[in-house]
Amino acid sequence: MPPALAVHALEKRYGSVRALQGVDLSVEEGELVGLLGPNGAGKSTLVKIAVGLVRATRGRAEIAGARAGSRAALLELGYLAELFRFPGWYTADEVLALHQRLARSDGGAAERGRLLELVALDDARSRRVDGMSKGMQQRLGIAQALVGSPGVLVLDEPTSALDPAGRRIVRVLLEQMRDRGVSVLLNSHLLSEIELVCDRVAILRAGEVVAAGSPAELSRPRGVELETDEGPRTVEGATREDAPRLVAEAVAAGRRVYGVRVLTSTLEDTYLEAVGDEVS
Amino acid sequence: MGYGFREAVRRKVFAVVVLLTAAFLVLFWLATHYVFTRLSTITPPTDVHVDTRTFAGAFLLGLAMFATLFLGVVLAVFLTLGVVSGDAERGLLQPLIVRPVGRSTLLLSRFLGAAVVCIVYVLAVYGIALTIIDVAGNWTPPSPLAPGLELAGGVVIVIALSILGSVVLSSTANGIAVFMLFGAGLTAGLLGTIGHALSSPTIEHASRDAAWALPFEALYQDGLRLISSDASGLTGFLLQLGPFGGAYVHGWEIRVWSAAYLCVALALAVLLFRRRDL
Repeated sequence: MPPALAVHALEKRYGSVRALQGVDLSVEEGELVGLLGPNGAGKSTLVKIAVGLVRATRGRAEIAGARAGSRAALLELGYLAELFRFPGWYTADEVLALHQRLARSDGGAAERGRLLELVALDDARSRRVDGMSKGMQQRLGIAQALVGSPGVLVLDEPTSALDPAGRRIVRVLLEQMRDRGVSVLLNSHLLSEIELVCDRVAILRAGEVVAAGSPAELSRPRGVELETDEGPRTVEGATREDAPRLVAEAVAAGRRVYGVRVLTSTLEDTYLEAVGDEVS
Repeated sequence: MGYGFREAVRRKVFAVVVLLTAAFLVLFWLATHYVFTRLSTITPPTDVHVDTRTFAGAFLLGLAMFATLFLGVVLAVFLTLGVVSGDAERGLLQPLIVRPVGRSTLLLSRFLGAAVVCIVYVLAVYGIALTIIDVAGNWTPPSPLAPGLELAGGVVIVIALSILGSVVLSSTANGIAVFMLFGAGLTAGLLGTIGHALSSPTIEHASRDAAWALPFEALYQDGLRLISSDASGLTGFLLQLGPFGGAYVHGWEIRVWSAAYLCVALALAVLLFRRRDL
């Protein structure tokens, strides 16, 4: 069975600028993969190639085994663009109805109601887009991406316009999607968000994947901290396996041990290490 | 097509054009009323055989056709100048493109939506102008329907050019480019009239080439020719002097060429749009 989303040796040039330089990435069924990187790293280009908005210079991108941008691929896809807008005179319900027609969804009013409820817009069903806040439009965008129950969801900065409550709604939504077997590629600047929900993370820099793996795999041991009667003491380079020995040594040396903490790097540390001095 | 049509009529430019049109039609009715009221008081010299009613009717309808074409083109350009680049910059296009309808379908639906709005608009304004002249002056052209259809055809060609331009140019650049093409076509038509009056084959030839290159102008010219096709003698000659008469490219050839031109412009737009990064 082909991956839900896969890109192989993907290259994209804009004139002399190489936006992507041979990127390989896949999202398996029911997997939630986060895409990280500083501005200009090629994240949006990668996402746009995957959804068929941009043509690759070399390499290939596939959705459920179908060429990205083909009808078969688009039938499987739900997409929220980083910058998007709906016609201001449409109501929330009409936006979803339009996308139902375009996505060949036969979900009808029941699907629209369910999606609006999912993004906490059930009270704004008849409100025109013009009269919505940016956050509401962003949530409507997410509901639009879910029209037709797509098997693959590509979200480009889905929480950029949301307040903490809105972000939480999206986070819960993403977890629900994963539980339903929906595959998600999430492009976001918010490391904490990625760390909380993603199964795997790929970090891009200058058009190349410079680090990839689960958040746990990407985090590195930074030492063990002992809290003793002399105060806290950090043993750098020590791992979880070293903790019992370190405690025993401290006790043998006449120290009282009140606590032990294994220190690991955060995704942020790994990210900053991977992208170097590039400012996001 | 429903989306394209609704998108077209909901734009503010549609309301602006409707208001301008209402103002034009009121003024046109006043002018026509006074022209035909005074016409009975004008007596040409006995040795000058001019059919004043036909001259006035054809001249006024020619004027109305020019205004209709101009307003129709304004409507067409403002409805379509940002169909691709403009809508992509604003983020309106991306959510639609990733649906399994295909870029060609989407672009053609926008074309059809704008075309339906503009055809209805042009035929309505032309029909009202025709009615005003008939009521005020008891004059109708020999073939009243064909000129209106040719005007509408001319506006549809402008829509296709505007959509083609929107694939490769930004909204502002496209709007400027299409209006310049329109202006070039009209200027070429007027040059042809001057060339005819001066008996200058070079100017007439240049005008003819321009009309083939920009067939909306040729269709407009052919429409003008049709409204005065039964005018003969001095009346016909005076109408030919223009500015609202005379056609140096006309007949079925230009109609067939216009249809082919439209198809090529649309095919090129679709081809370029399918290859365009958004």
